[in-house]
Amino acid sequence: MNNFLLLPIIIPFFFGMILMFGQKKLAYQRITTLLGLLMAIIGALGLVYKVHADGPQTVTFGSWPAPFGITMVSDMVSALLVTTTLILAFFIVWYGFESIGKERERFFYYPGVMFIITGVNGAFTTGDIFNLFVFFEVLLMASYLLIVLGGEKAQLRESIKYILVNVISSAFFVITVAFLYSVVGTLSMADIALKITEINQPGIITVIAVLFLMVFGMKAAIFPLYFWLPSAYSAPPIPVLALFGALLTKVGVYAIMRTYTLFFTHDLAFTHELLLILSVITIIAGCIGALAHFDVKQIIIYNIVIAVGVILFGVAQMNEVALQGAMFYLVHDMIIKAALFMLIGIVIYISGTTNLRKMGGLMKTYPALGWFYLIAALGLAGVPPLSGFVGKLLIVQGGFQADNIWSSIFILASSLVVLLSVMRIFIYAFWGEQGQISNDVNKTTYNRLFFPTMILVFISILYGVGTEWITTLMGDAAKILVDPSIYTDAVMKGGE
Amino acid sequence: MKTNDVILQFTAKLVFFIIFFYAVHIFFAGHYTPGGGFVGGLVTASAIVLLVIAFDIKTVQSIIPINYLSLVAVGLIIAGGTAAFSMFMNEPFFTHYFDYFYLPLIGKTSLHTAALFDLGVYLVVVGVTMTIIQTIGEDE
Amino acid sequence: MEIIMAFVCGFLFMAAIYLILSRSLLRIIIGTGLLSHGAHLLILTMGSFKGSAPPVLSDGVTDYVDPIPQALILTAIVISFGVTAFFLVLAYRAYQELQTDDMTLMKGSEDHE
Repeated sequence: MNNFLLLPIIIPFFFGMILMFGQKKLAYQRITTLLGLLMAIIGALGLVYKVHADGPQTVTFGSWPAPFGITMVSDMVSALLVTTTLILAFFIVWYGFESIGKERERFFYYPGVMFIITGVNGAFTTGDIFNLFVFFEVLLMASYLLIVLGGEKAQLRESIKYILVNVISSAFFVITVAFLYSVVGTLSMADIALKITEINQPGIITVIAVLFLMVFGMKAAIFPLYFWLPSAYSAPPIPVLALFGALLTKVGVYAIMRTYTLFFTHDLAFTHELLLILSVITIIAGCIGALAHFDVKQIIIYNIVIAVGVILFGVAQMNEVALQGAMFYLVHDMIIKAALFMLIGIVIYISGTTNLRKMGGLMKTYPALGWFYLIAALGLAGVPPLSGFVGKLLIVQGGFQADNIWSSIFILASSLVVLLSVMRIFIYAFWGEQGQISNDVNKTTYNRLFFPTMILVFISILYGVGTEWITTLMGDAAKILVDPSIYTDAVMKGGE
Repeated sequence: MKTNDVILQFTAKLVFFIIFFYAVHIFFAGHYTPGGGFVGGLVTASAIVLLVIAFDIKTVQSIIPINYLSLVAVGLIIAGGTAAFSMFMNEPFFTHYFDYFYLPLIGKTSLHTAALFDLGVYLVVVGVTMTIIQTIGEDE
Repeated sequence: MEIIMAFVCGFLFMAAIYLILSRSLLRIIIGTGLLSHGAHLLILTMGSFKGSAPPVLSDGVTDYVDPIPQALILTAIVISFGVTAFFLVLAYRAYQELQTDDMTLMKGSEDHE
């Protein structure tokens, strides 16, 4: 029993509620949001330290015994993701001061951000499959608010589709949980893992595994189910887009990672093979999209899809090296996607357009922006020693260990396409003749936008260069994913 | 066209209180039997909606001058605060406490912190429902 | 009993899919409502119909139904209530702003090349 692990969920929740008062006082809203996130970050860092020292932490709500109550479990996987989420939210909120617009700030933007963080952190932490659904809904409700905020025509049009897709996927989630409950008779994820091996009904469990893949795949945007993502994400303003792109799909990826390592391990030849094939096709689809578009937003959005494929490829290998790589890449991708969205947000602010063909020559006037974009782009593609390198290396190494030679080589080749797609932005926007420049570029606004972005890029460089320090943490996370008994033991015995 | 809705308005005033007290009854009945904050909140909201139908939003707003969004926030704070209270007692989150008390007039009563949580839910439901109805109804 | 429920759920899903595939926004919202009702009914069915008394604490009751599916349904109903309500407000705003509730007129984006 340890309530400490709830801090990263509860602090944003309470601050969200406090922020619902005093909508018109901007200074109060901004300072309170940053203060809340800072407190939560401190709590999360403490949590990482605690989990590293003492192993997974659990708390079961309402003093119920372990498999019956709702258990919250914080192992290294969730502790790292929670910390990354909060740090990113901090920088995105900071960045949003200048770019989100006062209209939105006065209309529940900050409570929305806080509730979305609550939902994301809750989904990362929960150890109960139905509670996962509840936290998904919390973050979705907040995301519905954020995606329509401002009420522009494009936003209204896209948010309707976004909500419809998510409502249907939520209904599927409920149906799948119902099936699972009727088969195993429990909702606690640790207990499910134990019961599934006991009841020995591989057929029906495989069906449920595929249904879960569908449900979470809809959120994570894997191959046949990513259709909604590009248009829905193009509508909201940049800070909201950065928040969504960095966090929301990753929650789906995390859910697949968790369920496919913890309980659907009875028929690896089918379920994980399916995951592998889908992840490869996801990468292909993402690559095509990223190369085809001339809209900067769309290029980065399709890169989200590619990254999802790469991470799930690591999950599909089911060995420790690949899972460690997947964890590395997951955290890396969250950081670098947020940084990239913030960078192209500045590019869009300066040039006043999202169309690459109209941009050009920004290197002369904004050299710092250009260099930081280059670093972020190289990091995304995984050029050593930047942050994407270690994750991809381990994933490919794991792929070779699992005898998936060709698909691993394919992952390596896809890095080149990723590099090409982001370099295209660099070439078009920063090199060449002077392109379109927005008339009302304010130097202070630019600096205020650039400062948080710069720090985030520095963090991503640190993450890449300082891999040595994080390796032990990532190793802990991978161990838990490979060996579910650590997780189940922590939950079942944690209540004592 | 001006409609004559004297009967509707008069009955609505009476029926509002009947529905409202029924909602309070359901709210407290939820302690041991079916009922509770969610249903109670919906019934209360329907009582207010009846007033909105009989009069109009502006009149109802002057009768019940509540900012429903603040109501949602207050409800969330009460519900979340009840759940978080046990954290300060070094018990798991959401642990509830109850005991029996002898109150004047009522006699032996069990008081349970779950009722406080339910009160929060009640306020949230009333707030959310009324916010939605106001948003849709406002520009007619 | 299970077989009847299976048919009822199936019918609800069928109606929901029919409505969701239509063009009018309001019908789509009603469709999502039916979809979640079907899902809730399915949870109830999946929890099996054993037991006769409600799972409420009282003396001498031993043969009570499984309370977990009911708790799940209550949660799911609250959530679908919230989402449907939000969806309705959004649809209304979209109707005001875009002057249409026809989904076929809402596809694509303006700055598409």
